[in-house]
This record gives sequence, structure tokens and C-alpha cells, in this order.
Amino acid sequence: MSGSHESHEIRTIVIDNVKYKTRLTRKFLDRKPYSPDVPGHVYSFIPGTILGVSAKEGDKVKKGTILLELEAMKMANNIIAPIDGTIKKINVKKGDLVPKNCLLVEIE
Amino acid sequence: MSLTKKTSDLKKRMRDALMGGGQVAIDKQKATGKMTARERIIALLDPKSFHEYDLFVEHAGKDFDMSDKYLPGDGVITGTGTLNGYPVCIYAQDFTVAGGSLGWMHAKKITKIMDHAMKLKVPIIGINDSGGARIQEGVNSLAGYGEIFYRNTQASGVIPQISVILGPCAGGAVYSPALTDFVFVVDKISKMFITGPEVIKTVLGEEISMEELGGARVQSEITGNAHFFAESETECFEQIKTLCSFIPWNNIKRAEAFPKKPPRTRSYNIDTIFPTNPRQPYDVKDVIRAITDDSEFFEIQSMFAANIVIGFARLNGNTVGFVANQPLVLAGVLDVDSSDKAARFIRYCDAFNIPLVTLVDLPGYLPGIDQEHAGVIRHGAKVLYAYSEATVPKMTVITRKAYGGGYIAMCSSHLRADFVFAWPTAEIAVMGPEGAANIIFRNEIKNAENPDEMRKQKIKEYKDKFANPYVAAAYGYVDAVIEPSETRNMLIHALSISSEKVQDTPKKKHGIPPF
Repeated sequence: MSGSHESHEIRTIVIDNVKYKTRLTRKFLDRKPYSPDVPGHVYSFIPGTILGVSAKEGDKVKKGTILLELEAMKMANNIIAPIDGTIKKINVKKGDLVPKNCLLVEIE
Repeated sequence: MSLTKKTSDLKKRMRDALMGGGQVAIDKQKATGKMTARERIIALLDPKSFHEYDLFVEHAGKDFDMSDKYLPGDGVITGTGTLNGYPVCIYAQDFTVAGGSLGWMHAKKITKIMDHAMKLKVPIIGINDSGGARIQEGVNSLAGYGEIFYRNTQASGVIPQISVILGPCAGGAVYSPALTDFVFVVDKISKMFITGPEVIKTVLGEEISMEELGGARVQSEITGNAHFFAESETECFEQIKTLCSFIPWNNIKRAEAFPKKPPRTRSYNIDTIFPTNPRQPYDVKDVIRAITDDSEFFEIQSMFAANIVIGFARLNGNTVGFVANQPLVLAGVLDVDSSDKAARFIRYCDAFNIPLVTLVDLPGYLPGIDQEHAGVIRHGAKVLYAYSEATVPKMTVITRKAYGGGYIAMCSSHLRADFVFAWPTAEIAVMGPEGAANIIFRNEIKNAENPDEMRKQKIKEYKDKFANPYVAAAYGYVDAVIEPSETRNMLIHALSISSEKVQDTPKKKHGIPPF
């Protein structure tokens, strides 16, 4: 039961204004910082392959417009615009493999 | 045919079946540092105690030329034997036979021995080493898994179920171990995952090794799927034997009592281990060892959520389950993982008549957006549920901090601890003095000529008044304030007078715990 990767260094953690001396776990150190939602940012909700991109940068789109098609788990999913606006940037192209939570399209 | 001929025919059949997948496959298995399935069973059980059944079972596959194939024992070995002198049922998948793949008859052998264990009310030990479902048998192999999962669930809380992962255990196969009580893994040998590296590469384009994805370390430290990590199969078997010395053989029995032994107080002396300053860390395992028989403590899930410590020990020869906040790691906070880990252990102890000892020293719940979004509310609630539900004798020792929700959750008298002891160093309060003073005396501090001076003064006032066990003791929430050195004797006394504890609970089919 030896061989933990946890750091043995004593660090400080603050809880209710009190500083405690303690070790930190790898999982705690690896936790992802929170990033607030940006309304026009479209992320992949599932890992998959981009089948096709129907929108172009600079296009004016309405909420609900199909931007691209993402195939995942043998299903083709239409990725749609969440707001009315102008497409500022498209970060993927046909054939790309994308992980979950990948920023696909930015709309302003 | 004469009896001699018949017997020699039997012997020949046995020899063939006992060769499993044949010498080449056996050599290959050994080259990877693994024992064969039969060697594993023999190494784990008491010498000469193993009796094998269903040696001549053959597979039932008809499609894809399977009817021409001979798979000895259909890739799994089942039987009975003894462990520490007590009976167990056991099965071990044989990777040398068709990669230990699970077909219908393979599953039938496993479910048969599981049914046997349930009838006999003895533990079931499953050694997993399998490439997964036997694709050629199609839906019958899925049916096989389903039959195993159903039995795992029915047996849960009735007989101990132990899973030993000594090879791959992938896809649907992982859910049998996940449903059992204790999962043992061995470094570089155990691999568990739902979707393997190849699928991940195809779908995501991400490359990861089996080891990094679901090796023994990952399962022990990150996911919490495994309870015990060993460097070798031999070490793993020793761990299983030790575990079995602490637990009862079924949910009607109590764990076997051992000769009583005093703690080794020269090595584990509370007075030198324990810092009174609530902000200083110490290893709570040393405090446990200062209390237990022979200073022995058998820790479970030592690498996962190390901010809470769980495991078995003995007091005056009798098994107890310890749950203790670990100030050495993340200040001993409750968080998503530590709540999950503690709650399951509490339910295990309750199901198997093992009294619970809780050592409390925590600043509360871990603050953070990640924790809130990961559902610390519903995970934290599991601890409240498990303690409230448990009817085994429950003893709580508050050693230092017991702040806020953490105080309530760690088996307070409100969740029906039978005995709550506090050391004179205990601080039972809504929060730490610094936080409390900032809120209660916000205006005085803000309007003071010297706010820092005023804050210090108010913190001191709060500390003097509330950072002690006597406020809680005045309301009867603490049964006794004791010197740390008295802890063992108080616990032993509490245990001995609780041996006939009966607690009625409302009639219901089952509760709905937040999992």
C-alpha cells in the first residue's frame, strides 16, 4: 500500500479565514480552474468528429442556425447557434477529432 | 471396462482439463509476472484446502466455428476451500483459455459458485483476469454478466464479496468488482476500464496507455475503485488474508475475537504525537495506533481521498471500524471523495455488525467552485445518511476541531452516536474563531480605531468562550470530556456495554440514500 503520488510537502490551505498547514493531494492540485460561461461560445458536448462546417466566419446567424455537424457515438449531431450574432471565429474544420468541451465556434 | 481403466480415463480427462490453455499459453502468462489461475487459488487459500468443481464444463458456443473448439473448464476455475481456517467460495478466470473471455457456461460456473456461497453464508472471492465478453457467444455473454451483477447485488450486505483484479477487467466486466465490497489490485498487472485505449484513440485521437488509463495506481489513488494496492500478487494475497481476519463470515455473525493486546505506547504515545494547536498537522493513523490492540491498524483505500482515514483495528480483541479525519492531508476536510469513501465504509461496518469509532478533527467542508459543482452537497449527504442509518455501536471522539457541518456529519450525538467523548483540546463550534469573530463582530472591527487590534481581541474573546468542549458538554452533546490517554479504556468500556445494542428502525423496504 505504498507508492502514493501525493506530495509530502507541507503547504497551507485556508478555510473560514484560518490557515491550516497540511499536505495537498495530486487530485486537489490538478483540479481545473473555473471559467464562467460566455453566451456566444459553442463547445462540444461530447467527443467526436466534425462531419462538416456549414457556417463561415463573418456570417450573421440567428439563434438555432445550424453551424456544424459533430459525429459522436455513431450519431450525427447538429451544433446550433445559441444566440443571434456574428460568427467571430470557427476553431474546427471538417474531419477534426474534438474532445469534450472543445471551443468550436465563437459568436458575438 | 474395468474400474482401473475407468479411473485412468478420468485421470487423463483431468490432466487435459488441468492444462488449461496449454503450456505455450501458461508460459506466456508467467512471462508477464502473473501466476496461473489455479496457482493463484492455491496460493491464496489454506494449503491443500481447495476443492474444484465443474472442471469438465464445456462452452456452449455454436457460431463462428466455436463448436469445434475445446476450452477446458470454459476459462474459469471454481471451487471451495478455507481461508484462515474458515470456508470460502472462490473463482478465478483463466486467461490462458480463450483469454479468460466470458461465455455463457463460464458465467454459469461463476453464478453457480456464487449461489453456493449465498446458501452456505460464506464469503465469495472472485479473481478477475479476462479479456471481456466472448464476442462469438453474442448476447449470451451479456446475459452472463447480467446474471453475475444481479447476484452481486443480492449478496451485498449478506456475505463478504471480494474482487481481486489480476489482469485485464474491461468493459461490462468491471461492474461485478464495482458491486462487491473490496477490490484488490496489483501494480502493473491490474487494468480496469470501461472503454480501452484503442477506443479512446479512435474516438478522440488521444493516446494513453492501459496503465495510465486504468492501472492499479489510478484505480487506487484517483478513482477510488480499488481498496487495496499491492506490489505483487503474493503481497495482494497476504492483504486478503489480513482483511478476512477482521471481518465476520456473514451478516449474522460477528467478527472473530482475537487475544487482547495493549497498544505499543512506546512507539505511539498520544501526548507526543498530538499537537494542541488546531492549525498544526499530525498523522491521525498514529493516534489510531496509540489506541488499538498491538497498535495495529489495517487501512482501506489508503491512497484515495487521504483526507479521511478508514480501516479496521481491534479493541480488546474485537474488530472495530475506524473513520478519522486526517489533518495531515487537506487539513482533514470533508469533500466529494472523502464523503463517498467514508459513507460506503460506514455502511459496510453497519451491514456486518462491526462497531464504529469516529475520530473527529476537521475544519469543515472543502471550499471551492469545483467542489460545489462536483456535487459536494449530495456526496456530503451520504455521510449524514450512513451514520444516521447505522445501528451498530457508534463511538465518537472529538480530538480538536469540530466545526460547522463537519461537526454534525462526523457521527455527532445528533446522528445517534451512542457515546461522544471529547478531549480537553476539542473545539466544537459553528466555525473557527477567526471566521466567527469576523462575522459576529463585523461592525465593531470596522468601526474600531485600530481594526486589526480589535479583530485580534475579538478572536481571542471568541476563542476563550467557544473554542472548547465545555459548551457542547453543557448541553449534553458530549457525554464525557476525557484525557487523551483515557481514550482506549473509555472505548473498550463503551464497546463492552454495547454488545447487546438493539435499535429499532422504522419499517420500510429500503431508504433512498443520496447516491
